[in-house]
Amino acid sequence: MKLTVAGKNKEYADGITVAQLVELENVETPQYVTVTVNDEFVESGSFAETTLKDGDTVEFLYFMGGGSATLHQYRSID
Amino acid sequence: MAFTNEQLERYSRHIILKEVGAKGQKKLSQAKVLIIGAGGLGAPAALYLAAAGVGTIGIVDADEVDLSNLQRQVIHTTADIGKPKVQSAKETMEAINPDVTVNTYHTFVTSENVLDLIGDYDFILDGTDNFPAKFLINDACVMAKKPFSHAGIIRFKGQLMTYVPGQGPCYRCVFKNPPPKDAVPTCKQAGVIGAMGGVIGSLQAMEAVKYIVGAGDLLTGWLLTFDALKMEWHKVKLPSDTSKCAVCGDHPTITELVDYEQAECDMKK
Repeated sequence: MKLTVAGKNKEYADGITVAQLVELENVETPQYVTVTVNDEFVESGSFAETTLKDGDTVEFLYFMGGGSATLHQYRSID
Repeated sequence: MAFTNEQLERYSRHIILKEVGAKGQKKLSQAKVLIIGAGGLGAPAALYLAAAGVGTIGIVDADEVDLSNLQRQVIHTTADIGKPKVQSAKETMEAINPDVTVNTYHTFVTSENVLDLIGDYDFILDGTDNFPAKFLINDACVMAKKPFSHAGIIRFKGQLMTYVPGQGPCYRCVFKNPPPKDAVPTCKQAGVIGAMGGVIGSLQAMEAVKYIVGAGDLLTGWLLTFDALKMEWHKVKLPSDTSKCAVCGDHPTITELVDYEQAECDMKK
């Protein structure tokens, strides 16, 4: 089946789940990634139960820090 | 307030734009923007906002300029090492444009002071590097109904989104809770290419200017990501249903500001 993953058209085995796609796409820190399918959030606990279908659009949204430290607990990090 | 001949010349490239014009330039001169963090993101953003003639710019940072900052924090120079970043940033902004009033806040952002800090400003830029601060700024802006630009940079990647009250999702809609400390790498641990702050920080300044003059479409409801190694931009549409969000949703469960590290310590007691 065809999926659009992070803006790119790709071919995958029929009926794979979000959890399987996360693994196939080598998603960094998969336990903290936010996933949307067709512009809807997938609950973080239900990746394994969410089956994808032909034509779905999937996005991975990642935590990204960066900038300047401004909390006292993070004084050493910059 | 009429522009002087010198101001007309200084801002001529803005005024000639139909989306800005004299009217937009006047709005900029009356606007107040707060930049939280005078680092990789805040430095270039502050340079462009000062140059653009934003009338009042606030800058918040508790740190002093360090040699390791200078690879990307372009508002500071080698001679500024050891100086409070807010002071160094103020001096550079005023040297670029004497029209600008710069307010400095040599402090960390906490649940105690964040509402006071953002209260006087029309638009906020989050240039912080850690998740407790990013969630704190988001929640405070939602509660105080302030528009803000969120951004993050790491290694060769960067991303940003814009929150405008009532017009789309907030940061917490997308990223429900901060990741555990050290679960997701920061710039110090993972590194960041200097120019990435310039790319993404400049876009934050761009969003502030567009918001103030009312030009074009903001990144409300979108997360714009940039991968410099692949030279690829990707604009991700965010879900528009914000009703279930813990802070900006219809039935918020977060009604007080949280200092996340503090909360973790409290739980251990």
